[in-house]
Amino acid sequence: MSFMDALATLTQQALTAINGANTVEVLEQLRVEYLGKKGSLTEQLKSLGALPAEQRPAAGAAINAAKVQVQDAIAVRRDLLEQQEAARQLASERVDVTLPGRSLGLGGLHPVTRTIQRIEDIFTRAGFQTVEGPEVEDDYHNFEALNIPAHHPARAMHDTFYFDATTLLRTHTSTVQVRTMETSKPPIRIICPGRVYRCDSDVTHTPMFHQVEGLLIDERVSFADLKGLIAQFLQAFFEADLQVRFRPSYFPFTEPSAEVDVQCVACGGSGCRVCKQTGWLEIMGCGMVHPKVLAMSNIDPDKYTGLAFGMGVDRLTMLRYNIKDLRMLFENDLRFLRQFH
Amino acid sequence: MKFSEQWLRTWVNPALSSEQLQKQLTMAGLEIEGVGAVANAFTNVVVGEVLSVTKHPDADKLNVCVVSDGAEQLQVVCGAANVRQGLRIPFAKIGAKLGPDFVIKRAKLRGVESNGMLCSAAELGLAESADGLLELSDTAPVGISIREHLLLDDSMIEVNLTPNRGDCLSIRGLAREVGVLSRTAVTVPTIPPIAATITDRLGVSLQATAGCPRYLGRVIRNINPDVESPLWLQEKLRRCGLRSIDPVVDVTNYVLLELGQPMHAFDYQALNGSIIVRMAREGEQLTLLDGKTVTLTADTLVIADEEQALAMAGVMGGKASAVSARTTDIFLESAFFNPLTIAGRARRLGMHTDAGHRYERGVDYNLPAVAMERATALLLEIVGGQPGPVTVAEAEIKAVAPITLRKSKIAALLGTQLADVDVEEILARLGFELQSKTPAQWVYAVPSWRFDVSLEVDLIEELARVWGYDRLPVTTAPASFGLLAQHEQQIPLRQWRRHLVALGYQEVVSYSFVDPELEAALGGGQAALALSNPISQDMSVMRTNMWSGLITALKHNQNRQQTRLKLFESGLTFVKQGNSLEQTLKVGLLLWGAAKPAQWAAQSTAVDFFDLKGDLESALALPAWLSTVSFEPGSHPALHPGQTALIKQGQIVLGIIGALHPSLQMALDIPGKVYVAEIDFGKARSQALPQTKELSRFPMVRRDLALIIADEVSAAALLQEVQNVSGSELQDCMIFDLYHGQHIEKGKKSLALGLTFQHASRTLADEEINQIIDSCIKALQVKFKAELR
Repeated sequence: MSFMDALATLTQQALTAINGANTVEVLEQLRVEYLGKKGSLTEQLKSLGALPAEQRPAAGAAINAAKVQVQDAIAVRRDLLEQQEAARQLASERVDVTLPGRSLGLGGLHPVTRTIQRIEDIFTRAGFQTVEGPEVEDDYHNFEALNIPAHHPARAMHDTFYFDATTLLRTHTSTVQVRTMETSKPPIRIICPGRVYRCDSDVTHTPMFHQVEGLLIDERVSFADLKGLIAQFLQAFFEADLQVRFRPSYFPFTEPSAEVDVQCVACGGSGCRVCKQTGWLEIMGCGMVHPKVLAMSNIDPDKYTGLAFGMGVDRLTMLRYNIKDLRMLFENDLRFLRQFH
Repeated sequence: MKFSEQWLRTWVNPALSSEQLQKQLTMAGLEIEGVGAVANAFTNVVVGEVLSVTKHPDADKLNVCVVSDGAEQLQVVCGAANVRQGLRIPFAKIGAKLGPDFVIKRAKLRGVESNGMLCSAAELGLAESADGLLELSDTAPVGISIREHLLLDDSMIEVNLTPNRGDCLSIRGLAREVGVLSRTAVTVPTIPPIAATITDRLGVSLQATAGCPRYLGRVIRNINPDVESPLWLQEKLRRCGLRSIDPVVDVTNYVLLELGQPMHAFDYQALNGSIIVRMAREGEQLTLLDGKTVTLTADTLVIADEEQALAMAGVMGGKASAVSARTTDIFLESAFFNPLTIAGRARRLGMHTDAGHRYERGVDYNLPAVAMERATALLLEIVGGQPGPVTVAEAEIKAVAPITLRKSKIAALLGTQLADVDVEEILARLGFELQSKTPAQWVYAVPSWRFDVSLEVDLIEELARVWGYDRLPVTTAPASFGLLAQHEQQIPLRQWRRHLVALGYQEVVSYSFVDPELEAALGGGQAALALSNPISQDMSVMRTNMWSGLITALKHNQNRQQTRLKLFESGLTFVKQGNSLEQTLKVGLLLWGAAKPAQWAAQSTAVDFFDLKGDLESALALPAWLSTVSFEPGSHPALHPGQTALIKQGQIVLGIIGALHPSLQMALDIPGKVYVAEIDFGKARSQALPQTKELSRFPMVRRDLALIIADEVSAAALLQEVQNVSGSELQDCMIFDLYHGQHIEKGKKSLALGLTFQHASRTLADEEINQIIDSCIKALQVKFKAELR
């Protein structure tokens, strides 16, 4: 067998072995076996001296070519085996990604808080500040300062909880407006969210409920501004282009006063159970601050005018989140509250 | 107030449908609350006349009648006791429909043919119940439809009047309002004075002229006590929501409804001497018409005779002087009482009357004379009698000063200018009298019936209301561009809430008034404020702490198969401090059940103190080491004595945390431990502004120490000592293990500390650190008898 034939056979032998190697370790043995210092291809180089001088360059080149060929084959095979090994490793690390994760569990805000925050967000962007105040109040701040003197028939509209003759639970958050007017100078832009109390309990009344009242006092504030502000607010709150109407009403602390009706959010105005078939929802009260109220809090009614409004947060919450029973808001049943997570 | 639409339309009849009229009133601030029919929707019922009545041959209680329907004579069997010859009654003819499933057919009753039915008021929907046939007047035209005869195509409209509109509490007032809104003329009936036919009169002495500046009285003698109110009168009252009582009362009520003037009739024979209008004597007793005896106070106006109080003026008459079924002589009162003298007096006694309702809102002070004549005429027509002259006692009545109305103010308040003609027409129709006028303003006198108008703004409101709110412009308020302060060192409550929610807490909202028993159990002896008129016993005191609501929520959910709760609530607590009251914004937290939600890879462990403490540390943004806030062992009657801590910053108590006392937990029937905390948010919300230090470039060195010390030595004390001894190179010190048990003596514990050292400007040498560690160990040995493990 010629030298060249023997080299070709050896090369072929190596390639077959390499392609049959199943592990990186076997492949390494083969590399040593063929390409190591004493490897069989390396040995071939040593036998070059036995060849005639004119054949040596060609034979040397052939040996080198065979070594490269075997080296490449090993590299390719190694890549393949490493990839397979990595794939096996990954496969063995598979988890069921559909199993639930570890968590602290879900908490959530009460829907009334959610609504109040939403109202605050809307007004805060227009420069209103949120102000809070005491819930146990005196007769002056709850009634007198709001132009509701003792024995005024309007007091019958407020079923008031009393502690003694002059101490009571506030029946509206207008008290905070009074306290703000007493201590700050116009322009005033505030909203007053909070708990209020009336001595009334049935399917549609809870003895404690929530209001947000707002007050804007500045020079040249008009009823037209009030209409604009309320309509914008309701459209922002319900995220819908709803019709809003203003009906004359009476609150001792505003004049003119209005009840605000909004196109029913449940039926769009065609009439349903929620709006008692009228197409309208009575949603808030508002008006221009009565000059006596301004004067009592030392604000000059000839220089300044003010607009004020008040809304029932619980009712807005019920409308927005389709809550059928008011009392659910105060039972703290987790099955109810979790629906707001 | 309920009113009959037809009655209103006899005063003012705009070309509007009933619905349009209702909408117009609603949009003018007289909100229509409900509308009802005045009778059932029956058909084919006419005025019939009973021509003859004979006993039914086979039934004791039935009669066989011959009835005329105006065209023919029909045989009808009737069971009513009051059927008699000549009576005119509602006659339902064959084919009449009295209800959805109630059609009158030809029938045989016990063998006798009956061609129709004679009806009671109840069968036509004119009354809830009725005793016998509805008796029509003798002059009712036989054969005409009952609907037409009794004007039954009418509506009872209920209008919800705001307290300022006392002037609309009558047909006259409503008519005036409708006239203004629809720009239609109002027909006021002529009420001529009735001449006296006798001279009997009672003197009237006004002793309380501020409360009663005008009092009219008239004696009417020899009325017929046996007459009933005619059907038309009963119907008018019924359609306005009042029951018929007797002709005298019915007439006064009629005048109340028609003109808005409350009147009262006394039994003339029950009066002793002249009438005195005075304030009640303190403690004076009076038995009222409804039988209730009230004790009066000196600020209550009474009508008295020379012996005793007869009536609470403007509210209710007294029983002793009331008109009875045998009364033949009456004394009729028509007066003006000052609203401030009447207001609240009835409510204080838990009473509400139609008269009081009107007087406290204001009754036209020019009305008493007209009303007196109206009532006299009606009484003479119905019960006969002879009227005496009208006695008038008067003092000065202060009219409201004329109001100046500036055009500029109209524009400023409404955002638009109304045309002069509109302003003048609206105010004229409302009864305001123009006194003078310049290009810039008007001066108007206020009519005697408007008690709600005294200021310019009141007139502007009237203009806006009548003009229509919906016709007024819509603008956007001028914005104020001042930027608002943002207090970065005061954490907003909103951020806290969000944080707690992220930690898995559910917010709850509970009533601020709670059960006094639960309050006492949880309140730790703080004085609670009690309501004087609670809605129920279990909501009768104001909470002094946040736990009562959280525990109530726990119980509610425990009873609904919940097994794990993380709750919080924010709100005010109310604590009495001597004569003052502290209203403090608090945040309460509650943990109960498993520490974590059940999960396939996690072991379920019950919550303990450190779950809640960790959440608080997180919410309070406390660093693990070198915090200014400390948790010190504390005590609270509602909490476990060994698991309670006060959360303090220096000497300021920020809050309290602990396990509910086991005996309380048992008493409340709660399985498993409950952990609660309460934070004074106003104190806890302050947070320092971060001020960073330069970072060290040199390596950190960590050394661990395992110590055995007595159980009583607190971790905080140990860490404090390590910090005191170590100096500024100590960067962090943590407790990474706590061990009791094998190899550790009873009453002792093993604590493992991890100390991290670093110098700001150089690498620390081993010897330096060894020295620090040695001095730590020595100090701990001296102070706490600590041993190295």
